[in-house]
Amino acid sequence: MKILKIFIILILSIGFSHVESNEKNNELKNKILKNIRCLICQGQSVYDSESEFASSIKLIVDRKINEGLKEEHIYEFLREKYGDWVIYAPGLNKNTYFLWLLPLLLFLSGGAIMIKKLKFKN
Amino acid sequence: MKNKFSLFAVVIFLSFCFVIFYKGLNTPNNYTPKVNDKKNIPTFKAKDFYSNNYVNSDKIFEENTFYIVNIWASWCVPCRAEHPLLMQLSKNESIKLIGLNYRDNFNNAKKFIDDFGNSYSRILVDKDGTLGVEFGAYGVPETFIIDKNKKIIKKFIGPINKNIVEEIKQIIK
Repeated sequence: MKILKIFIILILSIGFSHVESNEKNNELKNKILKNIRCLICQGQSVYDSESEFASSIKLIVDRKINEGLKEEHIYEFLREKYGDWVIYAPGLNKNTYFLWLLPLLLFLSGGAIMIKKLKFKN
Repeated sequence: MKNKFSLFAVVIFLSFCFVIFYKGLNTPNNYTPKVNDKKNIPTFKAKDFYSNNYVNSDKIFEENTFYIVNIWASWCVPCRAEHPLLMQLSKNESIKLIGLNYRDNFNNAKKFIDDFGNSYSRILVDKDGTLGVEFGAYGVPETFIIDKNKKIIKKFIGPINKNIVEEIKQIIK
């Protein structure tokens, strides 16, 4: 009887951990798909699209997650195939330095002006 | 003096914004794929259309020759239009044509080949379109030129035409 109980607990825990990992994979998959642009659609992500291109990408992303690839590696794979445009949030590279650093630069200069004005008032 | 400097800074900033937005207006909003980037051929395993056996990519591209990978499907109308040109290219001995049958039904694809002729030295099956993604394809038809160093040197999106055939002939010369 004891052995049976242990056996049932073991089976259940394996089942739950499997469900949990599947859920985690699904969450990751959806996150990635929402950040990939459907290149043949008008303003849609792969997640939102039902096109053939999107469904192939969905399969590829699913396969890569199951192979154990991390999010960045999957983006890297797609970037290599289709270029930076395929990712909604492009990574920091020599083509995107300006894009990423300009808001920061504007924020810092705005802050500096404000501090200077406040100091001047005081 | 200070006011003049502030005015100058504002004018510079506004001009900068104007240039950025003006350039943005002139840039087409639709995606233009890069077709001349040199890329390594992907490593993959694919099902052979006739034998149903899996073949490795290094076996497919093992000869020291130019390869043309053409993505096609029996349901794709432009593929029918470009097929006679592929037949013409297949007669050239310095190239080998590999067909990638994209998201197709075997019987329909076989009928297509029987009706229009087989221009391919080998046909691979891409049932779910993932093999196309490995090549960086968007859909059908698409044609990739692979040089003797096993690099994809050019891709043509959409059906090939006489001008493209001439361009291919120039490349493989």
